[in-house]
Amino acid sequence: MTEHSVTFTLNGERREARVDPRIHLGDFLRHSLGLTGTHLGCEHGVCGACTVIVNGAPVRSCLMLAVQIDGTVVETVESLGKPGALSPLQQAFATNHGLQCGFCTSGMLMTLEAYLRTTPAPTEQDVRIAISGNICRCTGYEGIVQAALDTASAKASRT
Amino acid sequence: MSGRFFGAAVTRLEDARLLAGKGQYVDDIDLPGMLHAAFVRASFAHGRIRSIDTGDALAMPGVVAIYTMADFADIAHGPMPPMAPHPLLKTPITYHPLADTEIRHVGEAIAIVLADNRANAEDAAAAVTLDIEYLPAVSDAALACEANSPKTHSQHASNIAATMKAGFGDCAGVFAKADHVLTEHFDIHRGGCHSMECRGVVANIDLLTDALTISTSSQSPYMVRRHLAAYLKRDENDIRVMTPDVGGGFGPKANVYAEEFAVTLAVIKSRRPVKWIEDRQEHFVATTQQRGQTWTLDVAFDNDGRMRAIRGRCIHDNGAYAPYGLILPATALASFPGPYALEALDLSIDVVLTNLVPTSPVRGACRPNVAFLLERLADRVARHLGMDRQEVRRRSFVRADQMPYTTGIKARDGSPISYDSGDYVGALNLVLDKIDATNFEARRNETKRRGKLRGLGIASCVEDTGLGPFEGASVRVTPAGKVIIATGASSQGQGHRTAFAQIAADALGVELEDVTVETADTAKFPLGISTIASRIAVTAGSSVQLAAHKVRAKAIAFASHQLEVGEHDLELDGGAVHVKGIPDMKIKLSEIARTLAGNTGVPLPGDMEPDLAATAYFNSNALTFAYGANACEVEVDPETGDVSVVRYVVVHDCGRLINPLIVDGQIRGGVVHGIGNALFERMIYDEEGQPLTTTYGDYLLPMAFEMPRIEIHHMETPSPRNPIGVKGAGEGGTIPAAACVISAVEDALGPDGPFIALHPISPQHVVTWLDGN
Repeated sequence: MTEHSVTFTLNGERREARVDPRIHLGDFLRHSLGLTGTHLGCEHGVCGACTVIVNGAPVRSCLMLAVQIDGTVVETVESLGKPGALSPLQQAFATNHGLQCGFCTSGMLMTLEAYLRTTPAPTEQDVRIAISGNICRCTGYEGIVQAALDTASAKASRT
Repeated sequence: MSGRFFGAAVTRLEDARLLAGKGQYVDDIDLPGMLHAAFVRASFAHGRIRSIDTGDALAMPGVVAIYTMADFADIAHGPMPPMAPHPLLKTPITYHPLADTEIRHVGEAIAIVLADNRANAEDAAAAVTLDIEYLPAVSDAALACEANSPKTHSQHASNIAATMKAGFGDCAGVFAKADHVLTEHFDIHRGGCHSMECRGVVANIDLLTDALTISTSSQSPYMVRRHLAAYLKRDENDIRVMTPDVGGGFGPKANVYAEEFAVTLAVIKSRRPVKWIEDRQEHFVATTQQRGQTWTLDVAFDNDGRMRAIRGRCIHDNGAYAPYGLILPATALASFPGPYALEALDLSIDVVLTNLVPTSPVRGACRPNVAFLLERLADRVARHLGMDRQEVRRRSFVRADQMPYTTGIKARDGSPISYDSGDYVGALNLVLDKIDATNFEARRNETKRRGKLRGLGIASCVEDTGLGPFEGASVRVTPAGKVIIATGASSQGQGHRTAFAQIAADALGVELEDVTVETADTAKFPLGISTIASRIAVTAGSSVQLAAHKVRAKAIAFASHQLEVGEHDLELDGGAVHVKGIPDMKIKLSEIARTLAGNTGVPLPGDMEPDLAATAYFNSNALTFAYGANACEVEVDPETGDVSVVRYVVVHDCGRLINPLIVDGQIRGGVVHGIGNALFERMIYDEEGQPLTTTYGDYLLPMAFEMPRIEIHHMETPSPRNPIGVKGAGEGGTIPAAACVISAVEDALGPDGPFIALHPISPQHVVTWLDGN
């Protein structure tokens, strides 16, 4: 199979790569670039675990081919805080017990990261709709929803 | 039990790494020279393998090897060892690592393809040519009981693998004398676990020693080692099994799977590291499922609402194999009589083989099934007598003053089951108070004005937790003063590291950050059983407590010797042993550890044993019983049949809480699983055994928008049966939840509506019932 060249911005860094046309973005990030923070839960576009941000919008990396990222700006969970310096949203997940096994967490974080940028003051109902494309089997969602609400209100009170 | 950390809602030590995307799940492992596996799987439910042609597939790009069962003949042969042998199963009904001569359900693995990447392996798997003689299949457990039914295993004379019975008291006598007898038929549907991480295995072989190293997304790494060693006729010491971060388990990952064996055999054969990651399509057809049962039950009760006896029969759909023996039907029988103080019980379960994915426990095992039966019967009795549902329960429950209460049922080891402690009526009263049941009719009327129907549901449960025989833990203080806990208990997201660190930090007077917990690596701790049955807080938690207190005693003995102070005058705090009231008169734990680690030619003080470390195993010889009472309110849209759970309240007693944040998380997730069972999750097969719901578009899981907030209230009755007073909390959310939701829906449909004896229910059901059908 002919490989294609792609040039894109990944977590703030300009990257070039050659990709097999049949590889989806999730596999490309995980197995070609070693960014294993993005997880694959269903590979048919329903569970949302593999969500990354492309050009500011949340995208299921299992439904996007790697060749499609040419010219785009891609953000993964690795662009958020580090273990010793979590982002406010990540910290709110810990505070509200918004994760257990951690497998859906990257997708939840990236979905909410994109959402809160455009919706600074959501209601609980809004947040539940925003993550209605992400499945979590562990938490019952409550801690995740509360984490998003807390992050939004903390940001609002700072500004 | 109390301390700085035990009982505190501290945030989890696990979280920072997982939140930053730095978790290490099995698919994140990348070994040099590693091959990727894909399985050739059965595409219909029953057949005899005539031939497997791998010629074309082997010639495809990147393909290194393709193995069938016959190719492993020089290493091992025959079916896999049973995980839980049972005298009623004369011959184990287990898989071969790859199908031998017959396939018995869609998805059964037939061949394993190894290639340089997964895509190439999948391409080649599709190119393997199978010649399989079609055999008739059976997918309905009731039909499978009929004499002329196709046989799931063509060599069997019957699909009924075993008939299990349990009971106590003079059932016929109580039924003869009771004021009333009712009979109901129940249908509980099959679903799956659906951990967000599917299964996966990475295995490697040491080319010099042939030793095997296996990372697997499992709840039972020590069982994988034990059964693999037996199958390969090797010593356990030559096989290291570990679990990396595991993305949820919920029961099915407790099995030892054919794929774990097949990948290991492929590694031995190819002498290359191999990775296999189950994809979601495989998960739907190859990971065990559960809950499919039909029951016909008679209940005997008196005019005053007291339930006196239950008798009946169950047809248990076991699927095509019994990898976990008879653990499900055994759990069903042992879950009776729940919170009810019955005088007599007489039950029988036919364990029926069907050409479907095998079953094994999914969160709650058969306890949710039995809670559904008992709670539905209690509602049925109330309805028959025109009595309040709660009143039937108050009159029928085991009372707090009857504790400890011997139910009459025998545990798996033959000992009588005895509830250790609890107040079931108190829990029910509390949950009714918290949901404000008194004013429910006002809310019902308000909802009616909006054109919807509101219902109140209640359900209670008792849960046996802390299943034996044991887990163990070692606690060691390093010369740097850090505390290392190692345990065989595997974790799938429950927060074990945090809970164990809380226990040890209190015992040793250190901070949580000073404690590292290593779980489920056979090279780091010698023995382990399995993370199942809400047993780890009791078994491993108690082991950590016992081991940490041995270390504490040793540190105190050391300090007493060095400081020439009586042991009773010493305490641990700030990483040191110091004299009570004189914080400066101290010896640091790091110094004690350094001294006990030894220096060449220098005797240890007081001739103490080396190492500031201890190991302990807690034998959980008697189950400890958690319980709960749930209440919820639903709104039913009579136009669409949509059911919305608008409020859900849990009263739960799991003894002492090690960490309320973690316990509440377990309960919330568990309740949502049960709501899924009540309203959404339906694994459908056609009559030929073809699965029809193999995507998340077809098989519905509970999503954020449909879920309510779960309000939780704890009662804390310490268990007298372990040193930390805890009971398990992993399944108590799930067990009564489906019963509670269905109770509410039935209440919403009103006195003219049906008695609902099945789940999941769909909007179609609701609309049909409202139409009077």
